[in-house]
Order: sequence, then C-alpha cells, then structure tokens
Amino acid sequence: MTKDKKNPNELLYITSGEMYQPYRYTLSSLSGRFLTEIKEKKKFLGVKCPECGRVYVPPRAVCGRCYARMNEMVQVSDEGEVVACAIVEFGFVDPSTGIERPVPYGTAFIRLDGADTALSHFLDCVDREKLKVGARVRAVFEEERTGSIMDIKHFEVID
Amino acid sequence: MGRRAAIVGFGQTKGSSSRRDVTGVELINEAVRAALADAGLGIGDIDAVVIGNMDHFEGVNYVDMWSVEGSGGVMKPVFKVTTGGTTGTSVAISAYYHVASGMFDRVLAIGWEKNSESDTTGAIITAYDPFWERPNMAGAIGGLAVDASRYMHDYGATERDGARVTVRERLHALNNPFAHLQQEWMRGKDAVFLVDALVASKENKVLAYPLRMSDMCPRTDAAAALIFAAEGTAEKIAPIPAWVLAVANRHNFVYYGDLDWSRNETLEAAAKKVFATAGIREPLKEVDVCELYLPYSYAGLAWMESIGFCGPGQGPQLLWDGVTDMDGELPVNPSGGVMSSNPIGATGIIRVGEAAIQIMRKAGTRQVGKDVNVAMATGFGGCYWADVMLLGRKKPV
Repeated sequence: MTKDKKNPNELLYITSGEMYQPYRYTLSSLSGRFLTEIKEKKKFLGVKCPECGRVYVPPRAVCGRCYARMNEMVQVSDEGEVVACAIVEFGFVDPSTGIERPVPYGTAFIRLDGADTALSHFLDCVDREKLKVGARVRAVFEEERTGSIMDIKHFEVID
Repeated sequence: MGRRAAIVGFGQTKGSSSRRDVTGVELINEAVRAALADAGLGIGDIDAVVIGNMDHFEGVNYVDMWSVEGSGGVMKPVFKVTTGGTTGTSVAISAYYHVASGMFDRVLAIGWEKNSESDTTGAIITAYDPFWERPNMAGAIGGLAVDASRYMHDYGATERDGARVTVRERLHALNNPFAHLQQEWMRGKDAVFLVDALVASKENKVLAYPLRMSDMCPRTDAAAALIFAAEGTAEKIAPIPAWVLAVANRHNFVYYGDLDWSRNETLEAAAKKVFATAGIREPLKEVDVCELYLPYSYAGLAWMESIGFCGPGQGPQLLWDGVTDMDGELPVNPSGGVMSSNPIGATGIIRVGEAAIQIMRKAGTRQVGKDVNVAMATGFGGCYWADVMLLGRKKPV
C-alpha cells in the first residue's frame, strides 16, 4: 500500500503483487501435426479448405468463410513473402515471460509459398531498407526443437 | 428494423492519464450521473443497463457485478459486453437493440477503462492466440505499425500524410474540454507548420517503425454513458433526439495473418450496410460529420477509403484539401478523436456520444458550423472488427 507523497490527500493504492496464474492451452490436432512437422522435418504444413481451396497456415479445423471442416494437410514452402511488417523499437514487458522483450526487433506477416494466409514471426533484420513489404524471406530453424512456434528461430531476408 | 430509438442523453468524464482520485466504480458513477443530468432523468427512469470494458486491462473480471452500485444497475437487468476496441460501440449497439426490440423504453449504455491500472501493451497481447500470435506481438503499437507499412507500400503515403492526420485530431481536441491530450503549443498554428514540426522533432521517437509517438493514441482513464429511448418516449426527454438510422457490425478472422492487409474488409462491409439501410448513395455529400475510431494516424487515410468517402489511395488528398477539418465539407472527429483520448472500453461510447451531440446541437465549442442531419460513428477492435452507427436528425422511415 502506497501513499502519494506529493499529495497526501490522494487515495491509497495497492499493487496486485507478483501474480502467478499460469494457463494450460489445448493445441488442436492439426496444429500438433504442424508443430511436429517443423520439429522433426523442418517443414511447413497448411490445411486446405475442400470448398474454396484456400490453404491456411497455421492450420485450423474450420474455414471461416465457407464454414467447411478442413482436414487435408498440404505441404507449403519454408520461403515466402512479407505482406506487412514493422520494426519494434519501444520497450515493454512480455506478459508471457515477465521479462522485457529485446528491442529492436523485426516482425512480419509472411505468406509462405503455397499458402493463402500469413504466419506472424520474428525477422533477423531491423534494416528499414531490407525489411519491407514484398521482401522474400526464409525460415531459420533452431538446432534444438521442442514443438513450439519458436522452433523457428526467425525468418531471414533472402534478397 | 425494430422499434425506432434515439439517443437522449450523454455524459463523460474528462480524459486523463491517471484518475488516481477515484476507483473504477466511482469513475463509472461520474459518467452515469452526467448522462442522467443531460437527459433530465433519474436512475429510477432507467429500465436496463448495458456496460462494457476490457476486464483484463484492470485484471478484475465481472465488471457487471462489482460496478453495479456505480452503474445504477442494482435490481435492474444488466448485460455486460466486451468486444475489444469496439467494446463501447458494441455496448451502444446492444443498448439500441434493447430498445428496438420493444422490451425496454429507456436503456443506459456505459463504457469505461482505467488504463493507468495496468500495462496496456501486455494486456493487449494476452487477448491474442497463445501459440501463434503472442510470441512476437507488440500490442497495439506493433500491430498498427504493420498496418501502416502496408498502406504506405500500396499507395506511397508518407510520414507527412500521417502527421497531417495527427495535427487535425490534436487541433480539434483543443476545442474539447473532455479530451485527454491538450497540445496547447499547437493552438492557432498552421497545419503545414505543425506537420513540419512533428516530422522534424527529435523528441518524437519511433515506437515501431514506421510509427512515431505522434502517430499513436494515448492511454486514458475515463468513463462515458449514453441513454437510449424508444420512439414516443425520446421526444419527451430530449428537444432534439439523435435517432438511430442504422447499425452494423462485422467480425472476420481469428488471426492477424488471415487478413488482407491491403484493405479493411469489415469496415467496408459495415459502412456499406448502414449506407444501404439509410439510403445514402454519396457518403461524402450526405454524411455531415463523423466520429471515427481512428486509433492511429494512418487509419485517418486508409479507413476513409474503406468507408467509401473517397477511392483507394485518395485518403491523403481528401485530408490535405482540408475536407475533414472543422470547417471542411465533412468534419471528422470534432472531439479530437481516439488519438486525443483512448479509454478503451469508453472510446466507442464517446464516438457515438460525440456524434449524437452534434445532431442534438449540444457540442458547445466543438459544434460544427453547419447543419447536422446525419452523423456517423465507428468502432475498431479485435482482429480488425468494425462497428458502425449512423445517427440522424430525422426519424428513420
């Protein structure tokens, strides 16, 4: 409980303390296959809508536009194109880890060749001339992979 | 269509970076009392309450429960609505549905937020997918910087174009005693001079390239409340009720990566729907004033195009021509908009309320100089969701 020294009449406030409230989220079976493929083969899978033919990465069970159930997994490339991007420079605490996200870092939505949607990930580049819409990028994988999206270390600009 | 309904009262607290002198419940109560006073009603006249905020911004869930003394909802029907940035406009649309359904005659709509009570960027990140989106997400700033990158790439928009939107919003805010950011140094200065000053300023740091501090909205503590009333009741409460002509809301995707970043598909569809309902064919000519949820500068270019006020890529021209300034053909955000105050859950209520008071001719120093027959309010949130409400001086047919 803290009192404002400059204005002793101002109300007291408390902090929540170091909150500890971990969650355990369920990964869908399609997403599990997607991460397993990255972990074991360093390859990307999407899921194809049987009605409109759109290929979704990351995969999910329902095509929202057609409301069709999807289960056909198709391989897509580990290379693709930046559809939108930013270079994050301001500092903030990552709520998932409780530590400051290292800045600056490149972030982008990447449409892998063969996919219709884009995957969000880190870029190893903070050069404003290189990290831009339309840039070609390729996935760089971690040596030790655990079955998370961070098995992709980042994407690198290849042109 | 349902029963005709109108806005008959609006109240808000002054936006501030930190309202340490009040609790959330007390803040809500200030806005509700102001709205009731504006309509000349007592809490006993209210049949139902709709309330919303983003619970996890304060980390206290069940706002509908713990705020009930401040909201005036004790022993009344209370609904809570939370839809991200669109929360306030969704609350307003929900309150309108309550009245239009014929079930309730006078409904209170409340939005509020105390952003000072948590870290907004962290809170926003937890609203997104834990597997795919949280690891590299940088809250609203990162997401909107990505949005800007695409618009700038597609149409060659420049930093100066973005800054011109900021200048409009912040100059307008100087007319609004409730606006959070009051940039007194800008008062009375020429728009081009101010754009040059923002672009040249070394203090105007890059937050996430291409966005600088001046491109973003602030984090605000504030609450706001609206009162909706049914036809037959509304005319007795307000000398000039602001009639709801049409509402629309559109949600699209789960993940940001699913979006077509070259357009705002939900806003396009929602705007098209309300214009069709209200019989509006030429939005730029037929809409008299707008209160648009523009959380950052480039939205003031791209989303004007999405709504259909101009063609693709023509947003900068419309802006530089002064069309959207206070004395222009279509004044946008006489209040100073979201870039001058962003108390998330209240922000959409403020958009609707500010649009309503332009029709009711209660906007005081920020009243536009022309007759207002049609006013438009929008909300933006979540994974590019859109809410639109069209208000009119005349009852809808």
